[in-house]
Amino acid sequence: MARLLKNREILLLVIIVIMVSGFSTRAPGFASPANLANIFNDTSILIILALGQMTVILTKSIDLSVAANLSFTGMAVAMTNAAYPDLPLALLILMAPGIGALLGAINGFLVWALQIPPIVVTLGTLTIYRGMAFVLSGGAWVNAHQMAPSFLNIPRMPVAGLPILAWIAILIVIGAWFVLTRLPFGRATYASGGNPTAAIYAGINIGWTRFVAFVLSGALAGLCGYLWVSRYAVAYVDIAIGSELDTVAACVIGGISIAGGIGTVAGAVLGSLFLGVIKNALPVIGISPFAQMAISGIVIVLAVVFNARAEKKAGRIILRDRGAKEVSA
Amino acid sequence: MANDLPLPEAETPVLEMRGISQIFPGVKALDSVSIQLFAGQVTALIGENGAGKSTLVKILTGIYRPNEGEILIDGEPVAFASAQAAIDAGVTAIHQETVLFDELTVAENIFLGHAPRTRFGMIDWRQINSRAKTLLAALETEIDPTIRLRDLSIAQRHLVAIARALSVEARIVIMDEPTAALSRKEIDDLFRIIEGLKRQGKAILFISHKFDEVYEIAENFVVFRDGRAVGHGRLKETPQDLIVRMMVGRDVKDVFPKVAARIGAPVLSVQGYSHPTEFHDISFELRQGEILGLYGLIGAGRSELCQSLFGVTRPSSGRLALEGKTLAIRSSSDAIRAGIVYVPEERGRHGLALPMPIFQNMSLPSLSRTSRSGFLSAANELALARTYAERLDLRAAALSVPVGTLSGGNQQKVVIGKWLATRPKVIILDEPTKGIDIGSKAAVHGFISELASEGLSIIMVSSELPEILGMSDRVMVMREGLSAGLFEREQLSAEALVRAATGNI
Repeated sequence: MARLLKNREILLLVIIVIMVSGFSTRAPGFASPANLANIFNDTSILIILALGQMTVILTKSIDLSVAANLSFTGMAVAMTNAAYPDLPLALLILMAPGIGALLGAINGFLVWALQIPPIVVTLGTLTIYRGMAFVLSGGAWVNAHQMAPSFLNIPRMPVAGLPILAWIAILIVIGAWFVLTRLPFGRATYASGGNPTAAIYAGINIGWTRFVAFVLSGALAGLCGYLWVSRYAVAYVDIAIGSELDTVAACVIGGISIAGGIGTVAGAVLGSLFLGVIKNALPVIGISPFAQMAISGIVIVLAVVFNARAEKKAGRIILRDRGAKEVSA
Repeated sequence: MANDLPLPEAETPVLEMRGISQIFPGVKALDSVSIQLFAGQVTALIGENGAGKSTLVKILTGIYRPNEGEILIDGEPVAFASAQAAIDAGVTAIHQETVLFDELTVAENIFLGHAPRTRFGMIDWRQINSRAKTLLAALETEIDPTIRLRDLSIAQRHLVAIARALSVEARIVIMDEPTAALSRKEIDDLFRIIEGLKRQGKAILFISHKFDEVYEIAENFVVFRDGRAVGHGRLKETPQDLIVRMMVGRDVKDVFPKVAARIGAPVLSVQGYSHPTEFHDISFELRQGEILGLYGLIGAGRSELCQSLFGVTRPSSGRLALEGKTLAIRSSSDAIRAGIVYVPEERGRHGLALPMPIFQNMSLPSLSRTSRSGFLSAANELALARTYAERLDLRAAALSVPVGTLSGGNQQKVVIGKWLATRPKVIILDEPTKGIDIGSKAAVHGFISELASEGLSIIMVSSELPEILGMSDRVMVMREGLSAGLFEREQLSAEALVRAATGNI
């Protein structure tokens, strides 16, 4: 048991289970299947964004523009739907990740070709993309009645007990797991972040790897643009503002090293669910939204401290021979 | 008194180190070393790369605390608890790579950390600038103390570093290869400054590879080899040959398990390889089953040459042919595909992604071979890793543990295994046994020999003479980016290689 708890993902899962059962003593029904499904559905967008963020972070980069990308893309598809209600829905659903990928490619290009630090690039594009959403819409809202019912309903349609939105998140989790563990590109992301120099020596093009990671993150953010707008049935400039920090927080809580090269899909998903559970539980047990933000913040700092300690421990073993014996298979 | 009496041997040294040992995990960097420094005299510290000179400097400047032994200043034992304690005790150092701040002014650089204060505890700018001016004037230079460091030339920066070292009340000055970046004229200026310091009665420890300089400026010498002080005395009474022999030491050829391999046709041919700053006009041939040793001092351009052969950097001119076919290597993946691989010097920095499992590190350059129709195959990767782990006798709990949990020797095996797994034709080993213990060294040497006898062509970069002498079929020596000679095995001698590498013909 103690060994199992050393595994970051299992530990996090146990903490989430404890939290849920703790909350259900205060708020009956919190642990009911319907409410859990609801929390998962609520967290779906964060999970998708966090998986993109994770891919970028693995390569020793960061993408702060995901929420702005979501906002612009969401606005673009909502306005397209409002202006041309006859366009097939499939086209719009393809358009969202397409626009997102393009915006991600801009980030990736600046990082790769111009060698600008990712945090600077995406801090810039964060403002630019949000500004573009404002220019596009002129600051106006796109409301539910302007959008086609099918456009709005698809993500909420329940299939086998879960809304399509949740199913999309599940598919993307599987896809991300597949890409990161079964494709050479996935290995390249871990290697580029784990040791960029060693990656270059091993024949990996780390610039290209980072570029692709940004494109993926952008495409997922774009897809979330459509999902967000249809789920909340409204598009305006400030949607999902600040969510980029939630995605980073989810990654950090999930044990993804901010220095790159370490992390799993399960970690990112559980980190997102952890935040999702807190966000859903605190109002139920009567804690003010202001305290919620403080609590999330404390959890994030604790997670970073925890990560830093875990990483330092791993580093110290390098100097010692007995390190190898400490690890049993 | 004007008569020059020889200094009595009983004179108390300003600084004395007795029986100093410094032990790092797996390596004894210094083994009960004793040295003495005298007022008004320069003592030269001579030794190969890795002989323990830098460790000694770090002990004297309070960065390392020795495991054994004592340091005495004026006969009184002292212990340096920190770098500041060493400065307070009167020890100052001019480091090999000057550690200064580009964006600060000259005066700020000189007084950083010990700036004079006003009565109110504020930094006394007027005094900083005027004292900096005085210090620089003493060094016979007219650098304006108020300009930023980045506007100075390399040599001027060096003078600032010297001024910084002298800005504290120091009686013991350590100079770690101070001439490495200087031209002949600047070296002359530096020597005038050193003469001035001698007249002020300072005790100087001067570290250099260059014998002509050592004989020019120093009175005494200490030779280090493998962490031990193997000789000391007065330079005036000691011929250069003797010092070279002390540096090189033993006759070790038979310790190395070099098997006479059958040497075949040329595999790799390099013609006129040049780089804008690191090396110029390097040509050589490497034959099948041959071990070509690449010897030289640190900074001679050996690693840089190897990196460009491997496509990490690009040469500005030159031609490379593998098995008679001219190749244009633009990236490391080109090199790997062609069959040239490079095992870098610093395992942690260049060789391994420490958080990743052993088998993933090993398969990283071979993924195109282990993958099935574009998908990674863990089974194939594990099989590949297992093959080479067995061959190299890798000791690990499991192939799925992170490489970071292994010892240095085993990490080195992972690096070598990773490159062998690409089935190369030419393998470049950069300092293959640096920082690993004696036992693993012998195993690595045996293995290198075995590879050569299997027909692999090997370039082995090494700063350790015994290793170069014991393992190489031929040796190319590099000095300051140029080829300083190719030696056949029959012509190999430690003296010849050291002479070629240091330019002391």
